[in-house]
Amino acid sequence: MEKDKIDDLEMMDLPVEEESDLGFTEWRKDEKTLLNLGLPEEERDWFCDARPQVHKKSPKIIEDFLNWARAESLWILAFGTGCGAIELRPLLTARYDISRLGMAPRPTPRQANLFMIGGYVSIKTLKRIVRSYEQMQGPKFVVAVCSCAINGGMYWDSYNTVKRIDEFIPVDVYITGCMPRPEAVLAGFDRLKQLIRAGKAEGQNLYAQNFDYYKANQKRIIKDWNMPDYNW
Amino acid sequence: MKQLYEMLRTQYQVYDFEQRHDRLAFVSIPPEQMVGLLTCLRDIYGFSHLALMTCVDWLEESHFQLTYILRNHDGHRELVIKTFIDREHPVVDSIHHLWQHARVYQREHYEMFGVSFPGSPGMTEPMILEGWQGPPPMRRDFDTLRYCEDNYSNRDRTHSEPEAHMKATLYPED
Repeated sequence: MEKDKIDDLEMMDLPVEEESDLGFTEWRKDEKTLLNLGLPEEERDWFCDARPQVHKKSPKIIEDFLNWARAESLWILAFGTGCGAIELRPLLTARYDISRLGMAPRPTPRQANLFMIGGYVSIKTLKRIVRSYEQMQGPKFVVAVCSCAINGGMYWDSYNTVKRIDEFIPVDVYITGCMPRPEAVLAGFDRLKQLIRAGKAEGQNLYAQNFDYYKANQKRIIKDWNMPDYNW
Repeated sequence: MKQLYEMLRTQYQVYDFEQRHDRLAFVSIPPEQMVGLLTCLRDIYGFSHLALMTCVDWLEESHFQLTYILRNHDGHRELVIKTFIDREHPVVDSIHHLWQHARVYQREHYEMFGVSFPGSPGMTEPMILEGWQGPPPMRRDFDTLRYCEDNYSNRDRTHSEPEAHMKATLYPED
């Protein structure tokens, strides 16, 4: 009897195996799939190949509530790209005490939703900025501090400093100054809160909508693109 | 320091002795003898600390000047050794075997000036300029402004002088 059973099993058609000739990775790809061409060939399937999605809005009353909640708990990705990061320290101490506004610095992109770019952005840093920004959980907001982040500032003719960040990632609020005082940074955060409450801080959706534009700009500047197309 | 220079001159073709003050002096040497001189200074004369190694681009004279600042911590003296190399063929002997940290300086000079130090570990790895495709940027014939205009886009804005702007805003009738 047992031998018959084994024979039955061997006779059975296993359609999964037949279809596997297609290759597991091929069938789910379409023209929207990211190719991750910067990676070595054997590593391409290890990483995410889906694009960022536009966040669907809830009904207005729920969205207003969510926006209120988002505005009151901004966690900062402490990414000190330049001297503007120094201005974050006084904000944390007793005099300005940013935690009473529901803001706190976080050590990793995964825990933060406010990306504070504090100063000049060199090419090497831009690569890390793109990675960190894409790894942040949505909804996410970007504040660019200092004149260097706005138009290059004193690095206007530097060979290694990009002059506009909003070509590479969407920026919600700029804070001018070289460097801005902590009061100015606070005012900038306040402005960001107003934007979030009004539902106008849509950087994440902008990034998802214009993904090709941003990605083309990033790849134009970062010559050795050796990371996934979307570092989800 | 003059005494030291006289002693060195018996062995090496050092020239251009210049005493800045009691404990600081400059000498120059041909690049072929540079490693020998540095070894001698480190092992015999007690200049055990490579404080700085830097490069200067003399475009008009068509050579690079490599500068090594050595410090003798026992005698509190500093000796600056200058050597001039051809700008068209910038290859110098590496000194990473004398001081470990020299490899960082040499890596930086390779990246920024294109000066090559054969045998220096990790010299060709990018330090700051990842994926750089242009010429070495610290050379003086590298036009940073043109490179910047070619690669990075400007933000078109009108500029206003803060003083004039605030005066016009606060006291328009003046």
